[in-house]
Amino acid sequence: MKRLIAILLLTSTTCFLYAKTHEVGKDKVYKSIKSALAKIHNGDTINVYEGIYKEGNIIIDKEVALIGINFPILDGQKKYEILSVKSANTLISGFRVQHSGYSTLDDPGGIKVYNTKNVSICNNILDDNFFGIYLQYCSNCIVKNNSIISYGIEEQKIGNGIHCWKSDSLQIIGNKVSGHRDGIYFEFVTNSVIWRNISDGNIRYGLHFMFSNNDSYISNIFRNNGAGVAVMFTNKVKMFNNIFEENWGDAAYGLFLKEISDSFIFGNKFIRNTSGIHMEGTSRIKVERNIFESNGWGMKIQASCMDNEIVSNNFIGNTFDISTNGSLVLNTFNGNYWDKYEGYDLDKDKIGDIPYHPLSLFSVIVENNPPAMLLFRSFMVTLLDKSEKIMPSLTPDNFIDNTPLMHSLKL
Amino acid sequence: MNRIIKFIVLDILKNKIVLVYTLILSILSWSVFSLEDNSTKGLLTLLNVILLTVPLVSVVFSTIYIYNSSEFIELLLSQPIKRSKIWWSLFFGLSTSLLLAFFIGTGIPILLYAPSDVGMMMLLVGFFITTVFVAIAFLSSILTRDKAKGIGIAIMLWLFFALLFDGLVLFVLFQFADYPIEKMMVGITAFNPIDLARILILLHLDVSAMMGYTGAIFKDFFGTSLGIIIAFFILLLWILIPFWVSLIKFKRKDL
Repeated sequence: MKRLIAILLLTSTTCFLYAKTHEVGKDKVYKSIKSALAKIHNGDTINVYEGIYKEGNIIIDKEVALIGINFPILDGQKKYEILSVKSANTLISGFRVQHSGYSTLDDPGGIKVYNTKNVSICNNILDDNFFGIYLQYCSNCIVKNNSIISYGIEEQKIGNGIHCWKSDSLQIIGNKVSGHRDGIYFEFVTNSVIWRNISDGNIRYGLHFMFSNNDSYISNIFRNNGAGVAVMFTNKVKMFNNIFEENWGDAAYGLFLKEISDSFIFGNKFIRNTSGIHMEGTSRIKVERNIFESNGWGMKIQASCMDNEIVSNNFIGNTFDISTNGSLVLNTFNGNYWDKYEGYDLDKDKIGDIPYHPLSLFSVIVENNPPAMLLFRSFMVTLLDKSEKIMPSLTPDNFIDNTPLMHSLKL
Repeated sequence: MNRIIKFIVLDILKNKIVLVYTLILSILSWSVFSLEDNSTKGLLTLLNVILLTVPLVSVVFSTIYIYNSSEFIELLLSQPIKRSKIWWSLFFGLSTSLLLAFFIGTGIPILLYAPSDVGMMMLLVGFFITTVFVAIAFLSSILTRDKAKGIGIAIMLWLFFALLFDGLVLFVLFQFADYPIEKMMVGITAFNPIDLARILILLHLDVSAMMGYTGAIFKDFFGTSLGIIIAFFILLLWILIPFWVSLIKFKRKDL
């Protein structure tokens, strides 16, 4: 954490240290960004003043600080990739980048960074682009405080907001992404951090995360995305203090985990999702001090998961706290607060004296036979559930929290 | 007609059973809301009250009341009043007093503690359920002259709708698990007013879960305004058809 803060401080101050300053604008020396780029030397600054710049594809192949004053508009006329960054040590800040081209062959982006390092993309507005910000084979890059909006309707016809591929040591900080396919997309990205972003109303995932080891995402908000957040085929991921909200639909999950191992899920809030967390083939994950509130299913833990620890979480007002698809239980539950717990605490140690079975019979029935949802909360079903709680026969009897809390944790 | 209704309502109020019913409902509702820290849990308990107690009391009390007022009905029949008018006034009188009891007992706490759309739906559904089971009571009491038999039929009907029907549905569900029966299930609920009421409330109470796989099918139907209108229309049919059958029987009955 200390190193992280140090990096943040250093990068935010070094953003603006360059040699000569050139000006681009209607009544300035240079009329177009391209002409300025052709003349300058490495390490110079270009200030771009207000106006609409329709220059096709602008390729940045010199180390330059490209700074927009009052958000000059870079327009791709729905034909071109707008900014292509191919040199290291570059800053792009303060632009309004809009209407990039559309092509599934070469994936044009609003701002695309190729095979380089130390690039900062800060404080831009990206509007109606195919891909918003696209980084490939990059390292030590910063994407900060950008607002990225698009208006995709179909998954196939829109790219991702922030797309990172085969990169290392990226920082994605304080961006707002909406209306893209995936808000933030990580594939083969390592040692990176995603911090304080808001990703909402994207067509597929708020955050899509694959083969990206040793990353952390902290204090982000993922809201109302088509399918929530997916973290797949990855190990050593840290997910702290995020909010997963209102991801509704049959295949929508607050957080979808597939083939994840050795990771931490701490202090997150899962609120009003169809499923808070869906786990498939995950192992050695610690889920601690999270809040699961008003979800359809708090957690769906498939039988393919093992050695996960679910400790000290609050489960409040979920229709079903937990569900699973088999009878094999290789995960442990301890010291959680379940609002459906009906036990007592005679020795007043604030821990319930009888264990809690978080898996209700009906959640098992619904898992096997979804139309049975129709009978939920009918007297018949309540009766079945109660008798199952006393004598588990269909539900695995080792699916148990031995130390359920009497009062909710203050999280 | 109004005078007969007024007379019946006053008679029922004097009867005290309805007063006790009101009292029990209100004790239940108030305690449920003041004991639970979140109102959703309170509403859940009330859901069971609405789905079990309200229909039971409505159907049993109404059946017994109709049998007990047979002499009063005979007296009215000797007057120059139409038979249908007498039967209608009896129905209005009974349902008005039970609705009033439900509103005072449960409605006021709901309005105070949970004036959300779930609460409103619950209140509305409670009104409908009360009236449906008053209508069913009219049907069961006209079917036979024997009081014990009539009350038996009423209780059996309640048992069927509150318990057995769901058991049967669960059985059917498991037998036909391999077939796409989701849409059919929506149709089946129309045959049980209690199920219909429960699902209407469920769609507001467990909205997140209902967005899931089959939930979505129910949501697509019952969640739309057209679906809600259809559902309430079916509940209305559940009031009108049993009462209408009983009315025809009453008109032809040799008393």
